[in-house]
Amino acid sequence: MMRLILLALGMGALVAATALPLGGCASTPKATDGAVALKLRAMQTRAFETGDINKTIRTAMATLQDLGFVIDNADAQLGSVTASKLDKYVIKMTVTARKRGESQLLVRANAQYNVTPVEDPQFYQQFFTAFSKAMFLEAQEIDPAAPGF
Amino acid sequence: MRLTASTICVSLLWLGLGFFSWLGCGQTTIPKDALQLKEPTLEIRLRQSRKYTTNDERAILIAANQLLQDLGFNLEESSLDVGLLVASKDRTAVDSGQVAGQVVMAAVFGVYVPIDKDQKIRASVVTAPSSDGNAITVRVTFQRLVWSDMGALHKVERLDDPELYAEFYEKLSKALFLEAQEVG
Repeated sequence: MMRLILLALGMGALVAATALPLGGCASTPKATDGAVALKLRAMQTRAFETGDINKTIRTAMATLQDLGFVIDNADAQLGSVTASKLDKYVIKMTVTARKRGESQLLVRANAQYNVTPVEDPQFYQQFFTAFSKAMFLEAQEIDPAAPGF
Repeated sequence: MRLTASTICVSLLWLGLGFFSWLGCGQTTIPKDALQLKEPTLEIRLRQSRKYTTNDERAILIAANQLLQDLGFNLEESSLDVGLLVASKDRTAVDSGQVAGQVVMAAVFGVYVPIDKDQKIRASVVTAPSSDGNAITVRVTFQRLVWSDMGALHKVERLDDPELYAEFYEKLSKALFLEAQEVG
């Protein structure tokens, strides 16, 4: 009887263990609807009272380095920097800066954690808190319905 | 089917693999403080940075690129506009201790335990002119990705050894001094 139970347990473990790795983590990409995309863009974006894209990108690079990221690439003409943080996990982050009117820049950051997009506003708030300190400028939240956004 | 020691070992191995696959791609919860400035930030920044009294950012980037070549790195990305060099090198990560462990596991339990095989070391150099334009701060960061002999990426980490950074700047300072001599 005991042997039968052990055998059943062993078989169960084998089946479960085999199914686990094969289950994998593939998922179908979800289509993001307009309202969700707008909300996401608002949480990832702040406005700053400056027109200096080069300085903004350099400051973003310094902030990312302070946060433990290694810069992967940067382009001042495009106003973009991408960096990755390897700490038993991988976070990849892109920060872009584009003009809004004559004296403002819209800075947008988006991140992925391993294979998952970061969609929790608190992480973007953490990033912009560090970034604003380095910019010596206040980060202004954006109304997604505002013109020019 | 008999419940032998090797059956148990195999099912444990598969359970382990399943757990790691769950850890690797199923882990979707980002650590709460992942994007928060932490206490040792300043200490790490100091270790990774040096300031040079010059306004020639281009010369510093060229010297840093030469140094990275000396260290066996290949340039991947560069931007003079924002002061950036990104370079990498691929090297073996085989460790004799791990190989010995793998042989023992195979002999005793009949299981194959993956070991480190290849690694990619990445270096990123960022230069930042001071606000008065009289000095340039250089900050270098290193990271490492390690693949197992089964081809899986299984280790990703930032390299924090202070000696690595100290050695980089010792050589960069020498190179800048030499180059200054040549130009002068």
